[in-house]
Formats: sequence, structure tokens, C-alpha cells
Amino acid sequence: MSANHDRSNLLEVRGLTKIFGTLTACDHIDLNIAKGEIHALLGENGAGKSTLVKMLFGSLEPNSGEIFWDGKAVRITSPGVAKKLGIGMVFQHFSLFEALTAAENIALSLNDGSPISTIAAKARALSFSYGLPLDPDSLVGDLSVGERQRIEIIRCLLQTPQLIILDEPTSVLTPQEADKLFETLERLRSEGKSILYISHRLEEVKRICDSATVLRHGKVVGHCNPREETAASLARMMVGSEVKAVERAPAEGIETAPALLEIRGLTRKPATPFAIPLKNINLTVRAGEVIGIAGVAGNGQGEFFESVSGEVLQQDAGSVRIRGKDAGALSITGRRLMGAAFVPEERLGHGAAPRMKLSENLLLSRHATDGKAFVGSAGMVKNSAVYSAAQRIITAMDVRKSAPDPEAAALSGGNLQKFIVGRELDRKPSVMIVNQPTWGVDAGAAARIRQALIELARSGSAVLVISQDLDELFELSDAIAVMHNGELSAPLPIAEATFEKIGLLMGGAEPGHAEHSLEMA
Amino acid sequence: MMRIELVKRPQRSALFSVLSPFIAFALTMIAGGIMFALLGVNPLDAFNIYFIQPISEVWQLHELAIKAAPLILIAVGLSVCYKANIWNIGAEGQFIFGAIFGSIIPVLFPQFEGPLVIPLMLLLGMVGGAFYASIPAFLKTRFSTNEILTSLMLVYVAQLFLDWLVRGPWRDPQGHGFPQTIQFGDSAVLPELMPDAGRANWGILFALVAAVAIWLMMSRMLKGFEVRVLGSSPRAGRFAGFGFNRMVFFTFLLSGALAGLAGISEVSGAIGQLQPVISPGYGFTAIIVAFLGRLNPLGIVAAGLVLALTYLGGEAVQSALGISDKVARVFQGMLLFFVLGCDTLIHYRIRLIGMALTKANGTAQLEAAPKLEEAR
Repeated sequence: MSANHDRSNLLEVRGLTKIFGTLTACDHIDLNIAKGEIHALLGENGAGKSTLVKMLFGSLEPNSGEIFWDGKAVRITSPGVAKKLGIGMVFQHFSLFEALTAAENIALSLNDGSPISTIAAKARALSFSYGLPLDPDSLVGDLSVGERQRIEIIRCLLQTPQLIILDEPTSVLTPQEADKLFETLERLRSEGKSILYISHRLEEVKRICDSATVLRHGKVVGHCNPREETAASLARMMVGSEVKAVERAPAEGIETAPALLEIRGLTRKPATPFAIPLKNINLTVRAGEVIGIAGVAGNGQGEFFESVSGEVLQQDAGSVRIRGKDAGALSITGRRLMGAAFVPEERLGHGAAPRMKLSENLLLSRHATDGKAFVGSAGMVKNSAVYSAAQRIITAMDVRKSAPDPEAAALSGGNLQKFIVGRELDRKPSVMIVNQPTWGVDAGAAARIRQALIELARSGSAVLVISQDLDELFELSDAIAVMHNGELSAPLPIAEATFEKIGLLMGGAEPGHAEHSLEMA
Repeated sequence: MMRIELVKRPQRSALFSVLSPFIAFALTMIAGGIMFALLGVNPLDAFNIYFIQPISEVWQLHELAIKAAPLILIAVGLSVCYKANIWNIGAEGQFIFGAIFGSIIPVLFPQFEGPLVIPLMLLLGMVGGAFYASIPAFLKTRFSTNEILTSLMLVYVAQLFLDWLVRGPWRDPQGHGFPQTIQFGDSAVLPELMPDAGRANWGILFALVAAVAIWLMMSRMLKGFEVRVLGSSPRAGRFAGFGFNRMVFFTFLLSGALAGLAGISEVSGAIGQLQPVISPGYGFTAIIVAFLGRLNPLGIVAAGLVLALTYLGGEAVQSALGISDKVARVFQGMLLFFVLGCDTLIHYRIRLIGMALTKANGTAQLEAAPKLEEAR
């Protein structure tokens, strides 16, 4: 860090602070980004990354602190000012109109009156020179997530920024698409542009970033060169303590174990024009094993979960079988009574009612399975039994909370997820189906949840995990299947699975799977 | 220059949940005082006549109970609907159909007498109300029709149907052509509680029993939990295995049955026969009662008494001061308006902000607040 504002630094941030009510989201942040470097911004959820970036992009105004651009003090009061300075941003959640073409979407954001054809030509040239293949005339609605991200990147590049901020860009990409993106980033660096790269994937930060700033609880806890660190040391800086590695004992005798969850030719027509149809899905999960389902978001995982959980019923009762019995015609309550448990992707509003207490949220999924324990004669709820069961789960899963029995919405994402997973584990279900078990959850809670899922499987249950996080699936699973466009590949045993192979399947390298063997190797 | 800003509270405020109806009532009194002053009446005198005098003697309390009974019965049923986020606006029609069904026995079979008559009439009244409420429930579950519109429109159908009945097939042949049915026989009249003290009948007891029963259901029973879950987060309700369509029928049938019970109680107790108009808008006023009572059955009992008083007070100011009894409607409307307004205080804090701060800063904070909650 140089005290006199070094001209080789494109951006310098000194003591930047943002306070929301009683929470200091960013506390005296210092940050230097040199010209021509890829700078990583690391931190867990809620560490203050988004707040910092919003201040740099002008959508939030800091309470105190200074920003120097090219050595000169600046005030970034709006995204327009940021763009004029030369700061461009690619958001994690795209803002594109599906019914318009790529070029029309770009024209909307440029808003400079140039004709669409000129913009399309420029976009085509840019996409060609940066190795980001894109047809500007294609409708956004027809494009994959990776292609949509390219529109956002090209839209950003068209404004010839000096600093490009990328927020979790690879979270929606297959490993191969991510490789492509890294090539583009390296090219931009070689042209002298700077990149602020926000991620929690430590391996890719080590691979492409020249320097890193680590945030924890709104404070900078360190600047480092990620190439000289290990993933474990970076994780330690982010979390502030050692993250316990998940242990997975090898599963033995799986081949002969009874099949607890069988899915046979599961097919579902799209319920809405934007839903993905499920096409002849086959899968067997045996007692004692964890099967992972990988896939880029929006390839039918949500539809699959709804069908297997019984929130949506099947025409063919035999297409979902739990513990050897047909369950396709049974409701979610019926399937729970057969021994299955479910954890949906959305915590608030799906897995839990936000404005209800944790004890009430316990009753939410267990009023039928634990009817005897929780519901007395004449349908009266045994409040004290429910309350003490909720406290038992809170202790078992180490749920941190501010009140004895708070509303679900008052908990942090990680703590609520621990409660929701714990609520199902507490039943010792023989089949457990989890969608995105650790999405948006801090590392400590994630490790705990993963370990609990593995232990459940090893104690003789069948566990099915749907996730977009490949690292997680490799940590958890005995075999990984891939969902692409409503179809499911055969599961690859973990010993044979590599990021390479799974990534190809995620990109749709193996369309159709008509004659997969239903059994695992 | 000051600016008022609403800041979302992290949790709903327990204090303002309790206070907000009282603040609303106070604001209604202030606005009502201004209205009386503009009408050229001393507000204090008017308030005395409107709110104090109608309940200063025992027989008047009986009148209050007569007016409050249907309001409470209907509102308690509606509160279950509204908690489930299902909007039955047609209690007035269900009230009328309860009255019509219940009147079948005294009108068509006047010779049938005995202690069984009243229970049968009450039962038929509930069936009638539930039947009429099942129509919007069916339309909603089958065709996704908006229940607000269908239940409301069916009110007018019910009113005209009753009008046709009492002018046509059910008209009293000895009634000199007046549009009304025969007077109910003695065994078809709901008994008075304390005939020596006043006119109040069993209706108020039904209302209190219903309020306690529904309160028990909503706060202690699995069914009430189901209503609250489906009302507050339908997706979580589906995950819990609670069926939304079943809930639509349950709430409509329950609230319809209670409105029907109110209807037959009113006709059999307070009126004694069917006539073209049997309700001064109880079914609509009950909506105000339900919200003023915070959708809590016990709060509804209190709110029902307050709203019943606005009816009595309206009649009192008309006779004493010559002001139209439509004043009652004005008071009811203002109460609902202020109640809904004050409910904002439960979820939001009011903050006064000097204009020194820039506008951009203020809006940025507002945007950031929900995000921050997520981040936490």
C-alpha cells in the first residue's frame, strides 16, 4: 500500500465505510487495484462484498472514506458516473429482456441512439476478438445461461471500461464455459485493463487472480497474492477459523443394498411456457449411498424436485418408488409417511414460512409423520412437545439465533438452512432428497450440513443431493448424475468422475440417455 | 423542510399490533368531531348522544347485543377466510340465504311445532349460508375465478331473490299485500335471554361461543395452523402437504355457515318474519369488524360491540339532532380507513428526515434495507 497515490494504481479505496442502521456493512475498507491486474475480492456471504462493489459502482453512497481513480479523488454518485469514469460491471443476476434480441438488449443499455445494425456489428466484432461467440440477432429467450452472460460482458465491454467488476461470474457456468471466460479475462488483462473478480471459489481465484483482498464481517482481514496461498489458507482467512474438511468413508456393499428410491421413466410436461419438461428420467438410490445431481441452473432441477417430493403428482404411480412401493400417486404427505424427507431450494417461503416461529416451522413438515407426538386429540397441537423438539434440533445442528424461538426470517441463511436440514434429519428418514443444500450458506455451516448428509447415508438411508456447486457434489457424492435440459445422465461413480467429464455432460455433450443401465456400477 | 419516511421493521411490532386499533379509534373520533362541527353541531354534545347515551341503560345494552351478535358471528367466520388469504366479501348474501333456508320451516310448515323447530331452523340456516358460499368456492377452485367479485355479486342475487320470495310465493296471503311472510309461530322464535331486562336473544350467545371456538381452532389446533401457513406462504403450505383448494372450501363453508346462522338468528330472533330487507348491511360491516378486531376472534368481540354502537348512535343522532343516520356509515368507513392505515405502523417505523440529506442517499438506504436483511 502506498500512501502517496501511486499512478500505477487504477483504483484506490481508503477507509470506505457504509453503515446500515446498527450494522456496519463495510468498515474502513482499503483496496488497491493496479492497472492490468485481476484482483480477487474474497469473502463469505454477508462479509460486505456486495456493499463494497455497489459503492464502487455508484449504486450506494458511502458514509465515509475516499475513492481515488487514476490518482485523483472522485465521488461516484451514480452508476452513470461510474460508467463515465470507466467502471463497468457484470452482475450475477442478469438484467435482460427475454423477448428481445441480444443486440436490442445491448442498445437499451447504451441508450445513445445509434442504430441497432451498428450495435450488432460492433458486438459481433467484439465477440469475435475476445473469443466470446455470440450471434447478436438471436433472441435472449433462446440462449443458454452462459450465452446470456456473454451478452452482459459484451455490453460492458462496448463501453470501453478500464475496470470491469465481475460478480460471481462462474456460478452459472459449466467448467468448460468457465475456462473460456478465463481466457477472455486474461486477454483483457494483457490489454492493460483491470478486473475486480468476486468469487468464493478459491481454486479459480488461485488460477487467474494476481492479488486478492479478503473481507470478513465488513473488514479487510488481509491482502495477499493468491498464487502463494493454498485454498485452505485462503479459506481460513475468509472464515476466520479452520474449516473442518468433510469426511466421507467409502461406501461398501452398495451394489447389494436395497434400492430405497427408484425413479422409473419419470416424464413431465411443462406446466408453464418457461418450465422445462422432464424426459424419461431413471435413477436408483440405494441404502447407504449419496447420489449427486449436477447441472446448470434451470435445466429441470426444480421440476424434478417437485415431482419426486410429491408437490406435483405423477400420472404413472410406478415412476417414483419409495422403499419398494409405488409413490407416484401419493401427495408429499403420503411420501413422507413412507419414510421420505425433502429440503427444497428456497428456504424462505418454501422450506419455511418466513413469519412463523421455528417451532411452527418444525410442525410444517412433520405434522403428519410425527402426528402422535405433536398433535393430540381433536387436532390440538401439543405446543410444548413441538417446542422441545425444535430446541433439540437447534442444539443438534448448532443453530445460532437471537431469541429462544425466533421467526424463520430473523435467522441468517446458513442458520435457517441448518434448522431446515436438521428438522428432516431429526426424523431419521430412510430417503432424503435435498435441493441446493448449502446455497448461500457460510463455509462452517455448509461443512456441517454436508457431514450430516453423509452420516445419514452411512447409517443406512438413501440420500439424493441436487446442486449446482460441483465442489460440493464431489465432496458429498458416491456417484454423480447430470441433469441437462430435462434429461438425466447415468450416474458416474465418484472414482471415475472428473470435473472435465461432468462439465461436458452439463453442457449437454451426451444428449439422450435411452439405454442407460439403471443400476450403478 | 421535513420528509416522512417509512422504515421497515425487522420484526412486526407487538406494541403497535395492540395499539393500532386504539390509535385508529382516536383518529376516527377526531375526524368525526370535525364532521359534526361542520354540520353545525357541538362535537361534544354529538359524541354524548352518539356514543354514551345509547348504552346508558340496561335495555339499551340488550339492543347493543342484538346488533353486535350478527356482526361478531359473521366477522369471526370472515377472519378465518382472511387469515388464509381468501377473500369472502359476500357474507351479506350468505346471511340472507341462511335466513331463507332457516325460514322454510316456519313459512312452509307453520303447523310443525315443538322444541325441535329452533334447532332445525338454525341447522338449515347454516346449511343455507354454507351452500351459498360454496358457489364462489367452486368457481375459484374450478375456474380460478376471483372470489372477491363472485362472492360480492352474489350478494345482489341473494337480495333480489329474497325480494322476489316475499313479494311472490312466500307472501303472507292475509298480509294485505305487504311484501312479507307470515309471522313465525311461537316455537320458531329464538328465545330471549332475560325477557324482563331486555330483548337480547340467544344470538349473542351463539356469537360468543363461535368466537371462543374459532379462537381455539386458530391458536391451538392443527387446522388453524394450516390456515395460517397457507395464508402467509402458500408455497410453504404446499410443501407442508396442505391443499389450497380444500382450504378454499373449508373457509368459505365455515364463514358461510356462520353468516347463515347469523341470518336465521336475526330473522327468528329480532324480526320474526321475512321481509324484503333483513339486514342493515351486517355482512359488509362485519368486514370492518374483522379487521378492527385484528382478525383475532376475541378482538372481534370487542370490535363487534364498537360497530354495533355506531348503528345505535346513528339512530340516536337522527332522532335527537336531525342528522341523517348515514352518519353511521361514515363512522364505519372512517374506522376501517384508519385501521388499515394504522396497520402500517406494525411493519414500519415512521422517521422524520431533514431535507439536508440528499434524496439519492435516502432512496439508496431504502433499497439497501431489504438486501441487508437477506445478507444477515
